[in-house]
Amino acid sequence: MAERLLEIRDLHVAVGETEIIRGIDLTVDRGTVHALMGPNGSGKSTLSLALMGHPKYTVTQGDILYKGRSIKDLGPDERSLLGMFLGFQYPSAIPGVSVANFLRNALMARHKGGPPLTPAAFKKLLDDAIRRLKMDPAVLGRYVNDGFSGGEKKRLEILQALVLQPELEILDETDSGLDIDALRIIAEGINAQRGPERAIVLITHYQRILNYLRPDVVHVMVRGKIVKQGGPELAQELEAKGYDPLIKELVEA
Amino acid sequence: MATKPELLVDKDYKYGFHDENVQYTFKARKGIDHDVVEQISRLKNEPQWMRDFRHRALDIFFSKPLPAWANLELLSKIDFDDIYYYMRASDVEGRSWDEVPEEIKRTFDRLGIPEAERKFLGGVTAQYDSEVVYHSIRADLEAKGVLFSDMDTGLREHEDIVREHFATVIPPADNKFAALNSAVWSGGSFIWVPPGVRVEIPLQAYFRINAENMGQFERTLIIAEPGSFVHYIEGCTAPTYSSNSLHSAVVELIAKEGAHIRYTTIQNWYKNVYNLVTKRALAHRNAHVEWVDGNIGSRLTMKYPSVYMVGEGARGDVLSIAYASEGQHQDAGSKMIHAAPNTTSIITSKSVSKGGGRTSYRGLVKVYPGCDGVKSNVRCDALLMDPASRSDTYPTMEIDAKNVRIEHEATVSKVGEEQLFYVMSRGLSEVEATTMIVNGFFEPFVKELPMEYAVELNRLIALEMEGSVG
Repeated sequence: MAERLLEIRDLHVAVGETEIIRGIDLTVDRGTVHALMGPNGSGKSTLSLALMGHPKYTVTQGDILYKGRSIKDLGPDERSLLGMFLGFQYPSAIPGVSVANFLRNALMARHKGGPPLTPAAFKKLLDDAIRRLKMDPAVLGRYVNDGFSGGEKKRLEILQALVLQPELEILDETDSGLDIDALRIIAEGINAQRGPERAIVLITHYQRILNYLRPDVVHVMVRGKIVKQGGPELAQELEAKGYDPLIKELVEA
Repeated sequence: MATKPELLVDKDYKYGFHDENVQYTFKARKGIDHDVVEQISRLKNEPQWMRDFRHRALDIFFSKPLPAWANLELLSKIDFDDIYYYMRASDVEGRSWDEVPEEIKRTFDRLGIPEAERKFLGGVTAQYDSEVVYHSIRADLEAKGVLFSDMDTGLREHEDIVREHFATVIPPADNKFAALNSAVWSGGSFIWVPPGVRVEIPLQAYFRINAENMGQFERTLIIAEPGSFVHYIEGCTAPTYSSNSLHSAVVELIAKEGAHIRYTTIQNWYKNVYNLVTKRALAHRNAHVEWVDGNIGSRLTMKYPSVYMVGEGARGDVLSIAYASEGQHQDAGSKMIHAAPNTTSIITSKSVSKGGGRTSYRGLVKVYPGCDGVKSNVRCDALLMDPASRSDTYPTMEIDAKNVRIEHEATVSKVGEEQLFYVMSRGLSEVEATTMIVNGFFEPFVKELPMEYAVELNRLIALEMEGSVG
């Protein structure tokens, strides 16, 4: 049986006084790909940020278990070192810090106390990831997200995932704002990371990226709750009919 | 004098040690008057013109009030009667480190100066309180006719050059602290670069205060003859004392036609030092002067490195960073005086304030009538680490010419929650993430430094961040 990597139990999350996540249960096993869909404002991004430990989002009820251990009191750095990764919808710029330097520091944080990463191994890791995402190697010398286009930012998020090799990868709207070629390259980059050791949670509005990345499970989130689960066919149904019938169904229920 | 006890518990300042055992061979009494000035001058066996100059300067010092625009809350705490204006720890100036008294040599060993000298410097002077205790210059530079010595030696051995240029860029009446320096100056560097000679490896001076209640008043004069180049670096540290010390230097640069001077400062005084320094350069036709100025330490720094562009085509650059934490005020900036046509200046100022620290940018761009074709660009970026900290900008523009292009841009940003979260989500601790963001902010400055200084500055910032995040 597949190992349970993430287990969310009756999770409630608030920003200040406002409750945004209103009771979510979700389990993610190693080796699976989940798509989390839903209309704007349904709480998808809030869930991803709360999972990664953003200080602005407070868990008011329930728990998050990662590899069977509660992580809701851990900082984002600790969660990262346990193997979690968030691909941001809006990544921050870090002026003056080159992509190479940023990644070196992130890798060094993982090698504390362990064997150091040799410069040659580091270079190979970067070169492979750059090639896979068809990026200009000059990106390594640029400052992190500083003056990047929307598409460049999204690629850099996936580049980081390729280099850091997390076990649980949460990608928040990595597909938004991309042209069709960029979408395909990024989807290939994500596909390359599929494997028995890793789980991927894709947060998206659209079914588009799911043409390239066939999910095992599709969840639909509306107003802070998961209202429907199904296989890949659920995504296609949503694409065809939109979210309205689902919302209507909820209101009437 | 009131002191803040929390400033004493500063585990992160690794230069805070002092030597108990140093035997001062001469120590003027505390306080300042004409007798002390006379004593210093006689001890140095100076020519009469310099002695007269000192006395005149002292009268100017007494007559001038503290600058009204300054941070008087801090500045008025200086007790001029409680300062030693002159202290000599060694009667000899070593040409090799073996000639330097053991305790003093040990200090500079701990500061890494002999090691740096072996690795990448063309010459070094090391000043300990009032006097330079060590001085060297590489034989190849000496053979090219480059003069590099302490200022007192410069006056003794090259009186004609010194007399021609000394105090021509910064007269004693310029400001109260320039007057004080003119009256009691001791040590500092004297550099003369012959026409067309390029000094490709940096010359360095290291200034160390050891004694408590010490005033250090070095005087530096750099003359670059036409077509020459020199890069000069100075570093400064002081021990951890509860009482205040005063550092008040005067630095004059003269870049003659087509000459290029780069002057780099890494000021890391302990947080009890008042650092009130006047730095000014004259740039003649097509000359280029660069000030690269890093202010990390001190309680109050007031320093505005200036370039007076007096010849057509001259250029002045100032790239400065300031870092202020609790109890510190870095009041820094620049003056760019365009007194000739087609002159160009760039001021880039970056400051970080944290833990209630305060940074100010104070700057002047002045263009005289008839100076067409002037270009000036001023950019000030301030980074605030927390709501208790403060940053102000006081830019002044006096433009009296047409056909000029003047740009000014100022930004204040905060280390954002989002930025910090983003970096931490990649596995870096809060301290590591903050250090990375601050180092990135300072990167345009750091990349202008020689490698060894860049590494040291990054390390310094990492230490500061450890103290600030908890």
